[in-house]
Amino acid sequence: MREITYSEAIREAMAEEMRQNSDVFLIGEDVGTFGGVWGVSNGMLDEFGEERIRDTPITEAAIVGAGLGAAMMGMRPIVEIMFGDFLMCAGDQILNQVAKARFMSGGKANVPLTIRVTTGAPGSAAAQHSQSPESWFMNVPGIKIVAPSTPADAKGLLKTALRGNDPVLYFEHKMLYGDSGEVPEDPDFMIPFGKANILREGNDVTVIGINMMAKKAIQAADQLQTEGISVEVIDPRTLVPLDKETIIQSVAKTSRVVVAYEGHKRAGAGAEIAAMLAEEAVEYLDGPVMRVAAKNVPLPYSPVLENYVLPDTGDIVSAVKSFWNPT
Amino acid sequence: MTQKDINEYSKNQLARFFRQMTLVREFELRAIEERRGGLIPGFIHSCVGQEATAVGAGEALSKDDVITSTHRGHGHLLGKGGDPKYMMAELAARSPGYCLGRGGSLHISDFDIGILGANGIVGGGFPAAVGAALAFQMRKEERVSLTFFGDGAINQGTFHESANLAGLWKLPVIFFCENNLYGEGTPQHKQAPIRDLAQRAEGYGFPGVIVDGNDVIAVYDATVVARERALSGEGPTLIEAKTYRHRGHYEGDPMIYRPDGELEEWQKRDPIPAFRKRLIESEIISEGELEELMGSVQEQLDEAVGFAANAPIPVAEEALQGVYADTHDGLVF
Repeated sequence: MREITYSEAIREAMAEEMRQNSDVFLIGEDVGTFGGVWGVSNGMLDEFGEERIRDTPITEAAIVGAGLGAAMMGMRPIVEIMFGDFLMCAGDQILNQVAKARFMSGGKANVPLTIRVTTGAPGSAAAQHSQSPESWFMNVPGIKIVAPSTPADAKGLLKTALRGNDPVLYFEHKMLYGDSGEVPEDPDFMIPFGKANILREGNDVTVIGINMMAKKAIQAADQLQTEGISVEVIDPRTLVPLDKETIIQSVAKTSRVVVAYEGHKRAGAGAEIAAMLAEEAVEYLDGPVMRVAAKNVPLPYSPVLENYVLPDTGDIVSAVKSFWNPT
Repeated sequence: MTQKDINEYSKNQLARFFRQMTLVREFELRAIEERRGGLIPGFIHSCVGQEATAVGAGEALSKDDVITSTHRGHGHLLGKGGDPKYMMAELAARSPGYCLGRGGSLHISDFDIGILGANGIVGGGFPAAVGAALAFQMRKEERVSLTFFGDGAINQGTFHESANLAGLWKLPVIFFCENNLYGEGTPQHKQAPIRDLAQRAEGYGFPGVIVDGNDVIAVYDATVVARERALSGEGPTLIEAKTYRHRGHYEGDPMIYRPDGELEEWQKRDPIPAFRKRLIESEIISEGELEELMGSVQEQLDEAVGFAANAPIPVAEEALQGVYADTHDGLVF
């Protein structure tokens, strides 16, 4: 199968959907002439024109809310927000308007709106351009949360978002854009929400890796393999909905769990997964559910400080080993 | 804007203005009564005194046009053609209400007639109105969106972001400001450094017009002009309708913030008696005919209240439905 990058996979998903459905359009800051500040929509302006690849002012609340209004009128907007850190400029629109429109209307408002946004630390981008805000939105019902870790997932999950009828926050990790991988060319290739991906089978420990941390979990698994520890790596792919079944089945086999995510540790995505396991799978657990996550401080600028705060492969390795060598 | 002679409007149209304004007023008074009586569990922000804005604007729109409304939205919804039966049932938290009892006064919508929703967040509706207008422009549909808001909401960031985007792209949006002199409990002069909020349009490249918000014909005319401008591709208009809120921010508001005599002054300019007087003086509609219209409003509201009071209440587990369209085998609800 041909290989393309994570970034190309996202572009391909958008372009395919725009070709087959005139209701799909892309709107955001610098998505047109600039090609997206991350280059994801590069070249799309030439094919689709400025009506459908729509540059906007710097105005996140209006962009997201315009996406909502257009979606309720039957369009299928793709809103791009440059950094996850900027989502809160549109906080009311996302949390009070977009997420609740269907419910408040008694199920009548249709909101096929996909918000593509970057997440994660790209290195020395400091406290307002490095965050992983997925869990900020997990607490509010009404919006689905997608976090792809591979090029194939990036394409397949985005296609599902764009053909669905609900609002989706689709988190693209900045440090995965350049990763290459096999991606099906089938224009109907879709990956369903709520189906975790078992990236590596193993017997001793389950590591649940979210987004970039799924990739790091595989690196950790490789390293631990040489030391005789067999790690099962699971990427949930979507945090809302969450594939509890696959996670619990794995834990039933391994009895040990590490949840790795780049957001802050406190009340992060891993906290929700740990609580779910405590409620629904405690009989399988042979030890605590370990969380590997960013420390509870804002992300610093200095590489030395930043690396100290962010979770890494080594932190996953240490957490796994702690099951046998508790500190 | 120079006012046209009242004889230039059809009798039917004038009768509709009167009946609709009466419907809004009486709906609010009934809702207040039914809230006191216990039929309505939630809070109500009544629009008594602001009937001319809701009806004048609503009458100028077509069925295909859309509105976004506010916490003080009952008049906007009725003005756009909302059915008092389903509105009252929603206020009473009943299953056949507009939102199946999930929304209440603050969130009533009717997508079939272009009501995209009242809103519990002051300034929350502007961006969606802009987005609806963007959809109309992209699809080359002959429709406009009108976003109602108050003098309080115009200070929210969403107004400025939305006005900028609508002005920039010349979207078919009407920004309809009901300046009722109070943002919740604080007078307008303590909320903005300018008296005429219509001035704000200039900064976004479109006209701002001021109308007497207690004159239903003036409101109607201004909205018709704004709508024609929007449909011709010239872009948005900001209409500032000067009016007054006769009751508190919410029912139960002690209203300690109002200067003595202010309400009484504005009550002399109550939009409904003023319009009634004009109709009778111009001999277009007789007193008898007006009484008949008022009677038909009462009948309609009796029916609405009866419908609401006798409607089934939701089953508790229904709360788990309708959050998502696609539930992925029940994984999300």
